[in-house]
Amino acid sequence: MPEGTPVEVVRSLEATAREIRQEVIRMTFAAQSGHPGGSLSVTDLLTALVFHELKIDPARQDWPDRDRLVLSKGHASPALYAALALRGFLPREELASFRQLGSRLQGHVDRTKLPCIEASTGCLGQGIGMAVGMALDARLRRSSYRTYAVLGDGECQAGPTWEALMAGGHYKLANLVVILDRNGLETDGSTESIMGIEPIAEKFRAFRYHTLEIDGHDFPQILGALDEARRTTTGPTAIIARTVKGKGVSFMEGKHQYHGKPPNKAEAEQALSELARAPEAKP
Amino acid sequence: MNAVLGKPESLRDAYGKELLALGEKDPNLVVLDADLSGSTRTVLFGQKFPERFFNVGVMEPTMMSIAAGLALQGRTVYASTFAVFAAGQAYNFVRQSICYNQANVKIVATHGGLLVGADGGTHQIVEDIGLMRGLPGMTVIVPADAPTTRAATVAVAERPGPAYIRLTRENLPTVTDGSFAIGKAAELRSGSDLTIVAVGALVARGLEVAEELAKVGISTRVLDFASVKPYDAPALLRAARDTGAILVLEEHTVLTGVGALVASTTSENYPVPVRRVGVPDVFGESGEPWALLDRYGMSKERIRDEAWELLRARGKVQ
Repeated sequence: MPEGTPVEVVRSLEATAREIRQEVIRMTFAAQSGHPGGSLSVTDLLTALVFHELKIDPARQDWPDRDRLVLSKGHASPALYAALALRGFLPREELASFRQLGSRLQGHVDRTKLPCIEASTGCLGQGIGMAVGMALDARLRRSSYRTYAVLGDGECQAGPTWEALMAGGHYKLANLVVILDRNGLETDGSTESIMGIEPIAEKFRAFRYHTLEIDGHDFPQILGALDEARRTTTGPTAIIARTVKGKGVSFMEGKHQYHGKPPNKAEAEQALSELARAPEAKP
Repeated sequence: MNAVLGKPESLRDAYGKELLALGEKDPNLVVLDADLSGSTRTVLFGQKFPERFFNVGVMEPTMMSIAAGLALQGRTVYASTFAVFAAGQAYNFVRQSICYNQANVKIVATHGGLLVGADGGTHQIVEDIGLMRGLPGMTVIVPADAPTTRAATVAVAERPGPAYIRLTRENLPTVTDGSFAIGKAAELRSGSDLTIVAVGALVARGLEVAEELAKVGISTRVLDFASVKPYDAPALLRAARDTGAILVLEEHTVLTGVGALVASTTSENYPVPVRRVGVPDVFGESGEPWALLDRYGMSKERIRDEAWELLRARGKVQ
């Protein structure tokens, strides 16, 4: 329901996403490692989840009926850490410790160090399976909590991703939403030139997912799709979110080279200045 | 000779029945299997508690992830399949989804080792103990008989965190009184000239050889080392001190199994001669299960020869 989303909600989410993107740049620059490209592509999706969709409460992190978020593409950790920090789950200053010795903010998300993380991920193809387990748990205990799994597109080349998706469809897990960050690029280049995953929407439909295709940087579309997922009661929903790797930073956009490469000082400064600009000032 | 051994019993049946009993006590316990529930005997649980049983089909890696997802919500989860799939096919899923997440998943893997028999080398995993004991936080248990299997099935439920229990396809004679405890070796026979440390199917052979040695005046201690991780270092070092030589028996590659564990522990703390009887650095093949043990270096004759070798090395015999 894009037209139904109040404009102030959209403006607020956009402002939050800009702050998160700046934190992604600061974190990967400070650590001189990490994955800026895929963090920037998934930022709007995570912002919509953490600030709008998920039933979560920083004051009750172990609330049994909280919604579960599994970041299957665990390398996009900077975006998730920043979103959770801005939402009050960890001190914002702690973001500076990203990837440092002794930090709770591991290179890939780690639940044993940072309790607001639902599942440790990093090696691809495992997050969806854990999300399926969570959704089965909710069904067994008749809990209202919903499980959201955020998947990368390179990860769709991994066989176990499809095992887990098959299980979600087989068990008709209407409380499971899979969101694909379809930025089209992986470490070495474009997914379609390396090992094509298209037609991806047809694949999800064949695996029994109610499948939606959206612009993953358009908040009304993101919120509309999440709404539709909640109204879908017959089985799981897949949201294929078309995104731009490196979104919001001109020289990173569409460049696979920034999958796992941090910005240098000049790049970080330019990125932060671009991201600090009000959206109206952008072309 | 068989006087020391009890009636052969199925370890898998013992597991399946104990799991059913656990399921009756704990309504939050769930069980997963990967299309082998008849063989692993989780079918018994599945028939009684269909809502809490998930047969996920042939997707062992993802079975481990789903199990972790369920366990992270506070459940005790058992996941069963053959050892080659649990420890081999699914290794990195056991590593990240279960161990790295500290998920409360109990992997009970049947059909470990060469005793798989006719199915051949593809299915006879002899590397699983090494793979699993290398994982931080993993408890590893290799029962020698049905009573230990029953006790271990319960014991891992009472100990939070990941566990791997390796079972054998073949029925095995009862050699223990079932008083298994995690972290403890069971002294099945006392002795002062030599210690046999054994796991799984080879515990019975160790006892038989010890009985033969007794007839010629050699006193052999036999330790059932079912708790591979955590392991009973004090019992091991007592054996080293008291008997001066250790012979390890395992149906597993000698490169990474219990023999490697015993050798490293003694050499760091109380060096004594250690010899390893197990699978050399090769894959198995199809054949009658017990004939495979003989063919691949774990015959009673070989165990006896290695025992004499150690006794000679210690100057206890000419």
